[in-house]
Amino acid sequence: MVSVAGQPETGQIWNWLSEIPDPEIPAISLTDLGIIRDVAWQGDTLVVTVTPTYSGCPATSLINMEIETALRARGIDKLELKRQLSPAWTTDWMTEEGRAKLEAYGIAPPQPAGGPARCPRCGSDELEKLSQFGSTPCKAQWRCRACLEPFDYFKCI
Amino acid sequence: MAEPDKDALFQFLLRIGDNTLILGHRVSEWCGHAPVLEEDIALANTALDLIGQTQLWLGYAAEVQGEGRSADDLAFLRDVWEFRNVLLVELPNGDFGQTLMRQFLFDAWASLLLPRLAQSADPRVAEIAEKAAKEVAYHIERSADTVVGLGDGTEESHARMQAALDYLYPYAGEFFLSDAADIAMAAAGIAPDPASLRAEYDALLARVMARATLSLPESRFTHKGGRDGRMHTEHLGHVLTQMQWLQRAYPGCTW
Repeated sequence: MVSVAGQPETGQIWNWLSEIPDPEIPAISLTDLGIIRDVAWQGDTLVVTVTPTYSGCPATSLINMEIETALRARGIDKLELKRQLSPAWTTDWMTEEGRAKLEAYGIAPPQPAGGPARCPRCGSDELEKLSQFGSTPCKAQWRCRACLEPFDYFKCI
Repeated sequence: MAEPDKDALFQFLLRIGDNTLILGHRVSEWCGHAPVLEEDIALANTALDLIGQTQLWLGYAAEVQGEGRSADDLAFLRDVWEFRNVLLVELPNGDFGQTLMRQFLFDAWASLLLPRLAQSADPRVAEIAEKAAKEVAYHIERSADTVVGLGDGTEESHARMQAALDYLYPYAGEFFLSDAADIAMAAAGIAPDPASLRAEYDALLARVMARATLSLPESRFTHKGGRDGRMHTEHLGHVLTQMQWLQRAYPGCTW
């Protein structure tokens, strides 16, 4: 909790933010996704800088609300959410932990090669693309030729 | 560099934002109607990206205008003659092939323009373009592949794609027309002269159409009147009756 004497360390705030699940892919957190770009105190106001994944992602406003709700619950009442477009979000900012959690959840993590490395279910690399797009702006649809299961692939951008 | 004229900057932002708005709305009309589920989802996602870009472009346009309006106000409370999109994006969808041909003709232009805008002297334009360029790079991969797949497909799909190209190509030239606002943007280092993109655009189209076994029309005649608002097609009014209906029937309605 915030004492009268001091503000929570930004490291502590990062930890709190790392507990907020992504609203569309709850297996990973907002910090796993790499969309929190900065946390800083400006006087008595906490400024959290967030970058959108896709410009039309419908989860963006929900994400802002989740951040606000979580931090207010920790006693931070002076809070400013800043949108930052540049540098544009890239899947390179996704944490290693986030990638592992995605795969365990059944979503193939982004790969620089542009397609999934292996089937998140059976591990086969015999894969085919079904569609460049999927159930959310950040995903594409692939299928495993070995176990025949379709699966989501997190687009690499 | 010359100090950019506010009205010219507003015009420039309306042009780019109205293009993404009207095309985004058109593409969204496919939602629930595409030939297969995967294509339905792809079209809806493309529309979503375009509408997202619209919020950024028109949001900035509204700020530049300085009359206390929002991106929503600009999208939902203007009438036909105030829109500055090119005619290409307001044309009806036609069949699936025609929709994807239009998408490719648009993506090809956007894929050349946005990386240049990402270097704009106006940092707001640059950051929006940097974001949108990534999305458009993804869109054109799909629209070009689909044009090639259907063009170099069956006799039926080839014929439909050639007909789509013959119909739509005379609208593509409007992207490259310039007027005083464009010259002001170029002088201020905010955006390139539209005409300067034409050679690269032609080369890109030639490459893709060759793979698609489609013939580009030889005539350079171009329909125009959208980007300067002088004469939109009859179709834009019909788009607006759908798109603006809620705000017209229930002014100020939110949820």
